[in-house]
Amino acid sequence: MARDDLDPLHDYPLASHRPELISTPTGKRLDEITMQAVLDGEVTAEDLRITAATLRLQARIADSVGRPQLARNFRRAAEMAALPDEEVLRIYNALRPRASTKRELAAIADELERDHSATLCARLVREAAEVYERRGVLAG
Amino acid sequence: MGAPMKATNVTGDPGSARRSKRTQILEDRPVNLDGFVEEWPEVGMVAMDSPFDPSPSVRVENGTIVEMDGRDRTDFDFLDQFIADHAIDAGVAEQAMALDAAEIAYLLVDPRVSRADVLAVSRGLTPAKLLEVVKTMNVVEMMMALQKMRARRTPANQAHSTSARDNPVQVAADAAEAALRGFRELETTLGVVRYAPLVAIALQVGAQTGRPGVLTQCALEEATELELGMRGITAYAETISVYGTEQVFCDGDDTPWSKAFLASAYASRGIKMRFTSGTGSEVQMGNAEGRSMLYLEVRCILVAKGAGVQGLQNGSISCIGVPGAVPAGIRAVLAENLVAATVDLECASGNDQSFSHSDMRRTARLLPQLLPGTDFICSGYSGVPNYDNMFAGSNLDPEDFDDWNTIQRDLQVDGALRHVPEAEVLSARNRAARALQGVFAHLGLAPITDREIEAVTYAHGSRELPLRDVLEDLKAAQSVMDRGLTGLDIVKGLDAGGFPDVAEALLGVLRQRVSGDLLHTSAILTPELTTLSAVNDPNDYAGPGTGHRPSGARWEEMKRLRHVVSARDPEQAGAPSPGTGRTLSLKEKGPARPGRRSGEVVIGVSPAFGGFFSRTIVDVPHADVLRELLAGVEEQGVHARVIRVLGSSDLAVIAHTAARLSGSGVGVGVMSRGTTMIHQRDLLRLSNLELFPQAPLMDLETFRRIGRNAARYAKGESPEPVPSRNDHMARPRWQAKAALLHIKETEFVRPGAGPVELEVLIRMRHTG
Repeated sequence: MARDDLDPLHDYPLASHRPELISTPTGKRLDEITMQAVLDGEVTAEDLRITAATLRLQARIADSVGRPQLARNFRRAAEMAALPDEEVLRIYNALRPRASTKRELAAIADELERDHSATLCARLVREAAEVYERRGVLAG
Repeated sequence: MGAPMKATNVTGDPGSARRSKRTQILEDRPVNLDGFVEEWPEVGMVAMDSPFDPSPSVRVENGTIVEMDGRDRTDFDFLDQFIADHAIDAGVAEQAMALDAAEIAYLLVDPRVSRADVLAVSRGLTPAKLLEVVKTMNVVEMMMALQKMRARRTPANQAHSTSARDNPVQVAADAAEAALRGFRELETTLGVVRYAPLVAIALQVGAQTGRPGVLTQCALEEATELELGMRGITAYAETISVYGTEQVFCDGDDTPWSKAFLASAYASRGIKMRFTSGTGSEVQMGNAEGRSMLYLEVRCILVAKGAGVQGLQNGSISCIGVPGAVPAGIRAVLAENLVAATVDLECASGNDQSFSHSDMRRTARLLPQLLPGTDFICSGYSGVPNYDNMFAGSNLDPEDFDDWNTIQRDLQVDGALRHVPEAEVLSARNRAARALQGVFAHLGLAPITDREIEAVTYAHGSRELPLRDVLEDLKAAQSVMDRGLTGLDIVKGLDAGGFPDVAEALLGVLRQRVSGDLLHTSAILTPELTTLSAVNDPNDYAGPGTGHRPSGARWEEMKRLRHVVSARDPEQAGAPSPGTGRTLSLKEKGPARPGRRSGEVVIGVSPAFGGFFSRTIVDVPHADVLRELLAGVEEQGVHARVIRVLGSSDLAVIAHTAARLSGSGVGVGVMSRGTTMIHQRDLLRLSNLELFPQAPLMDLETFRRIGRNAARYAKGESPEPVPSRNDHMARPRWQAKAALLHIKETEFVRPGAGPVELEVLIRMRHTG
């Protein structure tokens, strides 16, 4: 892996120090996001998103400065990076109190795992389902 | 015992309760409009010291916390479980919890213990233990700790930019001004929620016009806020509320798991976000489970930590009136800020809601965050007049800008703001409104007229602005959502409207979400669009001489205020002379001789009087000073002579020299700044007949009466002294300028030179 040469303390901020490690979801480099490219219609909203790979780099930086929770958040985010906005909002709403049955939450977790390889997110949803059941905040 | 005695007045007459004048004055003080209540721990109406808070404890089995703060895992509510499983490092918990609370407080306060060493302990602490730790600390100790535990080295500040009419033009102009004044984050919200897309665009355009790299957000219901963020119309999010009891969390329609998912959702779009919580919200919402406000807040802080969100807006926020009403409530608010920093979260430390009617009290509430510095000292300094603040007001608003800048300068404490000359403010406001006009025109949104732009350039608040067509605006707002407009469309609109630099700045902000650098703890963007966070700007405070101390260019910037007297030319800042249009010419006629006439008064002027200086400290022309003194003497039938004392700038010396040269033995000394003395030859130099030490109070009438009294002393009469006046505000206003004037006067002293006789010519200025 070419990216193993990340030196978290010196390479942050990546945009200034290691721009070559970053690309947009459409494969553009940071320095290709220019005003001219925007005006020429070569940059779209899709280009202004972070990739799973970049989030995992940032997770390594978070780990290296002693922030494991932040790093876990970034790794969950990496799993969600490719998820459509509506899907993200739908799962969020399903996790609200008394919004879902245990079975519905289980289905979401399975889906996350199966369709998006989102194992960390799936684990969070399953954990929620267990706690919600014990504390009586499932639907129904 | 019987019933308590009924209140009576001192005469024992219960009927006519006579009030003391002083009591009435105290009753009328603004602080007595604030609400205060007694503690009621059973319902949670207590700041941080409740007998009903749990005792700290922890038990770990196989790497899992199975007991926390006296509760068995099977009885954990959902916050307990989330905190135990996600926030606390089970590997160090038992060891950390074994430390005495006061011992941990020592680690926090002692600058020789590094921030990292404190974090090694705090990661294993339970909510009740963190509470116990801060309970051992007074506010000064907490400030010492906060100065070290703040995550980012350089403090920053956040402003609110809202409008009572949701007027996007106003929001843009005020955002630009706030950005120019130094705020690095701007937050807006709405009166009418449907206005959100339009106002969020205005905020973004204004912010980037004022100073590139300012991050903006729009406080809305969670899902809508996320959507605006995903579209790149806003740059970060903050109003992701968490609460300290299960019931209130559910009332807010969330759980720690839904919030943790939301945190990841923001990160997955490269958008910075922080949670929000604050003491008092649970008791305000009627379900505090009989716990103290601070205990519940510590739980919120640990939920934020466990969710992996980088930071927290806390400091009571919209509930400040609740802790503010109970004893030690403001200490508890400081404690919650400290706990957030102690568990390594970015802390946006409140000071963002109207807190008190009393200026003294709202300053006292501010200082514990301002002095040590936090990541964002205010999580919403009102950048608009408080009547326009749709977050229900802030502890500070634009009327406090100069006070804030002065306090920074007084204490050499970096409050992250700066004074900006009016011309620059006007230019930024005008440009932001025009930029927004261009964007709206380009995107076919409700038009902005030139009249609106002119008005908003000079306005203080929405009351000075023309009304907008609300229905047109709402239609436009809806179309922003329907057409799926994004931050890129704003970039294009800015460029098309002739604001390529603003377009470039906004594109620079949008580009940040690709790299994710802003997702780290306490991140801000510099005006050069570089990320500054706890990773590359970690707080390195380690005692005296270390950490962030304003110096260099920043300190020079902080020294500038609206009115600063020039040290080299103290008269420069003076107002145009209010004088009578007379000019003074003083011609030296050789050494002053002792007078022989018993009916004379000698007036001695200081070395620079009527020469280098032409006005007193309050701009009374020296021509008029001398004219009134002379007229006062002469109207008593006494002769007056004028001399200049060259050898001293000491008023007693000047007046006594005049007296010793006077045929009557009576002399008057007058300084350039206006300080005056009547002296008598036979008195000791440091004594006098009458002294007028407060130069700022010296007006023409007083000089006339001084001349008159001097003449009467010369005639052997005993006149009633000219009434002395007192202004207790003269010192704050004039003392430093008086010192500068005196130093300047002293530069004109010619040591050893004797007094000289002056020929006085006072003429009306020729006005063509």
